[in-house]
Parts: sequence; structure tokens; C-alpha cells
Amino acid sequence: MVVPRATGPALVDGPSGEPLLSVRDLVTVFPQTAGVVVAANGVSFDIRQGETMGLVGESGSGKSVTCRSILRLVPEPGEVIGGSILFQGEDILSVSPGRLRQLRGSEISMIFQDPMSSLNPVYAIGDQISEPLRIHRRMGRREAREEAVRLLDRVGIPSPRERLDSYPHELSGGMRQRVMIAIAISCRPKLLLADEPTTALDVTIQDQILSLLLELQAENGMAVLLVSHDLGVIAQTCERVTVMYAGYVVEQATTGELFERPRHPYTVALLKALPELAAARTGGRLVPIRGQPPDLGMLPPGCPFAPRCELAEGKEDSRHDVSMTPIEAAPDHWTACPFHEEIRL
Amino acid sequence: MSRNGADPLLAVEGLVKTFAVRQPLLQRVRLRHRLRAVAVDGVSLTVRRAETLGLVGESGSGKTTLARSILRLIEPDAGLIRFDGRDITHARRPELQSVRRRMQMVFQDPYSSLNPRLKVGAAVAEPAIVHGLVSREGARAHVEEMMGLVGLPASAADRYPRQLSGGQRQRVAIARALSVRPEVLIADEPVSALDVSIQAQILNLLDDLLQQLGLTMVFIAHQLSVVRHISDRVAIMYLGRIVEEGPTEQVFEAPQHPYTKALLAAAPSPDPRQRHTRAATRGDVPSPLQIPSGCRFRTRCAYAEERCAEEDPALRPVGLEQEAACHVLPFREST
Repeated sequence: MVVPRATGPALVDGPSGEPLLSVRDLVTVFPQTAGVVVAANGVSFDIRQGETMGLVGESGSGKSVTCRSILRLVPEPGEVIGGSILFQGEDILSVSPGRLRQLRGSEISMIFQDPMSSLNPVYAIGDQISEPLRIHRRMGRREAREEAVRLLDRVGIPSPRERLDSYPHELSGGMRQRVMIAIAISCRPKLLLADEPTTALDVTIQDQILSLLLELQAENGMAVLLVSHDLGVIAQTCERVTVMYAGYVVEQATTGELFERPRHPYTVALLKALPELAAARTGGRLVPIRGQPPDLGMLPPGCPFAPRCELAEGKEDSRHDVSMTPIEAAPDHWTACPFHEEIRL
Repeated sequence: MSRNGADPLLAVEGLVKTFAVRQPLLQRVRLRHRLRAVAVDGVSLTVRRAETLGLVGESGSGKTTLARSILRLIEPDAGLIRFDGRDITHARRPELQSVRRRMQMVFQDPYSSLNPRLKVGAAVAEPAIVHGLVSREGARAHVEEMMGLVGLPASAADRYPRQLSGGQRQRVAIARALSVRPEVLIADEPVSALDVSIQAQILNLLDDLLQQLGLTMVFIAHQLSVVRHISDRVAIMYLGRIVEEGPTEQVFEAPQHPYTKALLAAAPSPDPRQRHTRAATRGDVPSPLQIPSGCRFRTRCAYAEERCAEEDPALRPVGLEQEAACHVLPFREST
């Protein structure tokens, strides 16, 4: 069942011209009693039409906050204080509340890790799928119900017509996520934001949901921003990857490039720390990343990864000057590490 | 980690555990019986001294219930649990207490398994004091030794759990388990809540401790790569049953049961050159309230035949020390 698929630049050079989404220098902060936590610190990336961009990082890296910032869904007291988010040339950060409502759900939709908390427990599934259809696609009640059946069927829910009257708690976790996906694609969005969509699911169900997402994407030509902590999930689904650490983008490249020739010491360390499923390594040692995850309230000046980085050893004088500005290490391959040429794989 | 030597330290035979389900009165009257969720449905396994048995399964497979039943934290409905040659299925207080000293558990979430109001040092000392291994006066030195064992500075003893990172907290939970000098460690998803970079630290620590202390371990996880890394033998569970069991390398290199194969195929490989395009399984895991007749995996199995719905397959040898419960084996893969 495992078939190698071509990766690399050929896959991403499809549609040219303007990117669908262009995030530039995004800064999202969370005021705390003792100072301010900068959750997204100058984040920039593009998503082209129909492509899948992976946003990967560990807890506290800022990947979810970045994703939520796109739809201005950052939870209080968090706030976007800088940058721009251009969607088809329109800056989402400055659109009117009315326009924002139009964008949300119809042009850009979002699915979350826990479908139980994003579905309304007191409304039947059918009503929840019909709602966006009636609002954004101006369908009548009956028409919306028929479309809901079609959508449920499309996302792989058995006996979809009977399921219209079910409530979220009557469904399994995988089925709930399918319902969320049905709602998310109901208005044929151009961009789907998926925040850890399979993290709460078992591995066989995760596999089904990811396959479904890729199928739907191929059908509808929508772009996907897939936020995940799981490098396996990213490798299996994305065309390009953005790696985040402590609020910064540290590396960005096509998936093939990133996994084969990582150009930031953090990405290198992360890949080395993974136990391998395929290779016999019994008795072998894993290579952990030393030290502890960064304390976002007290980041060192310069590169936030420096205290855990092997390359930073002996660079105590210069490492504070690292600006975290992306450097093009190879064509379409960006790193925030000025010492990337010293990386040995 | 010795793989040979038929010295079962721990043995479970025909273990069954079901749970009553809350249901409306009307339904109870109509059905004339109470619905019961089957968590563990006739599981037998042995763990040899100084080996690590990996227990793999998805949610609802019964792996946690099985682990808790071994420690008698849950009372099984039927079956036997033998520890070091003695039947402990019905052991009472004094004996049970000694069993629990010798078998310790590490949980997934060190945030909830540690008392937030207890300093780390006190949390580590407590079980040793309760079991009479150290006096209150001697506790300090004992705590220092345990902290050293798990790679924490002695100064961490004076902190509260919330002042530590997730990885440090899991080290504390391990120190607390080791505090009573157990022979068996039952680790229930000990690295699942941790970030990759920290997960590797804890796995290496467990590896070291196993060798250093000659511990026997039951390691429960849903992440196959982690299980492969640490286990000598693995048992794959599905809906309350072991469907395949054998030496780790063999099961991963030559899986026999269709469920094991599906599980391996479904695990996302961090190698973009190894992409699979079609989902490895179909359908949902059936409800533990309505386990399918015959083979319980048949509803999702690509190889299911008629008899799979009729007969419940038993584990049988499919390789050297490898067993699987499947009627269709050996089957040929259509290539």
C-alpha cells in the first residue's frame, strides 16, 4: 500500500502568480501579569492556491496561535499587534466585521483538534451542516438538507440521511471530525485551516481522515494549512513545511527538501529525536534535544534555540546578534540560522 | 534485557473485565439486562524477568484496563494473575501491599499523577516511608539518590510540580515509582503527553534504568515507533483481545495479523518518500458494547471470509514465538 510519490519542487510549481494567502511579519502577543509573551514573532509565509502547507512545531512554538490569527480567532487576552495577512490581496487584519463574517466559513474555514468542543452539543448534525449552507449559499431548508446528506456521504459517514438527526455525542471521535470536515467544506472554501485535526484520533482513524482531506483537496482545489506537532503527519500530507520554535519561523522549504536536507539545527535535532518505525534500532540510543523547552516569558536575546543548540557552542559572542531573519540557503529553502553551512547531517 | 530464559515473573490467564454502562431505566427494562462494555475479553500473557513487553492498541483496546488489573487497581471479573509464582488474583491487604511495592506504575500525565501541593522531594519519599523502606529521617538521602537516578538535580526536591517542565515532571513520577525499589514497572503511555524532543530524553532514561536496575517492564503505548524502540516483545490488542504477539523485530518486520499490518501501514512515516495514498483501514472501531461475532476485526478487515463471522479465532503459532488470532492466515497478499 506504500507507494513512493514524487516530491520536491515539481509538486509545488503548479499555479504561479499571486499567492492565495500571504502572512507577513505577524506578531501576536499575550499580555501576562509579568510582561508579555510573544506567541508569534514576525511570522511570514505564503500559501499558494491548492497547496498544502504544514506548520510544525512543539508545544508553545506558536503554530496554533499563528493559525488562529489568520481568522482573527486568537483567544483573549491575546492580540495581533503587527504584520499583515493578505488573502487574495485583501488584508484580513483590517477588514470590517461584516466582511470578516463573510470570509469565515465561506472563503476560509477551519477545523480543530477536538470536534466535540467545536460542534454544538444541543443541535442535530443536520442543522449544523445546514446553517452555513443557508447563510453563505442562501439555500432553502429542504435544499440545504439534501446538500447536507450529500456532504455527509462525501466525507464517509454511513447512512447519512439517518445521521442528520443524530447529536454529536452519539458519534465516535472520527465521525465527529468527519462532520466537522463536512461543515468546513460545505461552502467550498479556498483555504482550509486545520489545527491538529487528527491529534485526538487513533492512528487508523487518523490515517482515514488524512486520506479524506487529501482527496477533498484534490477534488475542490482548496489550499490547506495543516498545523501539527507530528512530523510523520506533515511528511505524509504536505507539499511545503514551515517549522516554528518559540514563536519564530526557523525554517521553510518543500517537504522533500526539509526532510532530506534540513537547514536549521532545530529541525535537524527534531528529526534525529524521532524513534524510527521502519529501521531496526533495538538497543540503539535516541538523540534527544538537550535541555528544556524555552520559557516564552524569558527568551534569550538572539536565537531562542541557542541554549539547546550544538552549533551555538563556542559562539557565545555572536549568537546574540542572530536576527532570525530568513536566509535563502537553497532555492526556495529558507532558514533563520546564519550558521546553517556548518550543519552536518 | 535478556530475551531468553523461561522465567515468567508475571502471568495473566484468561483475564476478563467488563464495566456496567449507565443507561436509561426504560432501556434497562426493555432489554431485561444491563449493558456491559467489554474492556478485556480473555487475555493471557506472560512477562519474563528483565524483559520489556510492549502493549499496543488504540483507544478501547483494553490495554490500560489490563495493566490496572495486573496491579489489582481494578478487580477483574474472571481470570488469574500470577506474580513470581504466586496467584495474586484474590490477594488481600498485607500480601497485596507487598505486591504493589514490587510492581509500580507510571502514568501518562505527570501533571495529574503528582500532588500539586506536595514538594517533589516529599512526593518521592512518601511511598518509601509508607512501605517502611526508609525512616522519615533517612528520607532526604533516599530522595537524593532517586533524583540522581532519574537525572534531576537534588535541588529539584524543594520545588513544586508546577515549577517543573513536563519532562522533568515525568522524571519525578519515575523517581516516585522507583522509590520503593520495585521489580516491575508498568508504564501506561509514559511519553505520549511529551514533545518529541523531551520524549527521546525519557525513553533513553527508561532504557538506562531497565539495564541498570534489571527491571521488568510492561510498556503501554499507542505509538508504534516508540514501542518498537523499547520493547523486547510486543502484544497487539484490539477490542479487548490480544490479536498478535511475538518478538518485537519479528512482529514489526513480518506482521501476520491483518490488524497489525493495518496499524503499521497507518502510522505516518516521517519520510515523505514513503507516502501512502489510500487509507489502510475502513470503518470505525466497533463499540465495546456490541463486539462483532466471530473475529472482532472482521468488520474492518480486507481479508474477512464467511467463517470469520462465525468462529472466534484463537491465538495460534505463526512464526518462531510469534502468535496471531486469524482464520485466514497464512494468506497471500495480492500484489
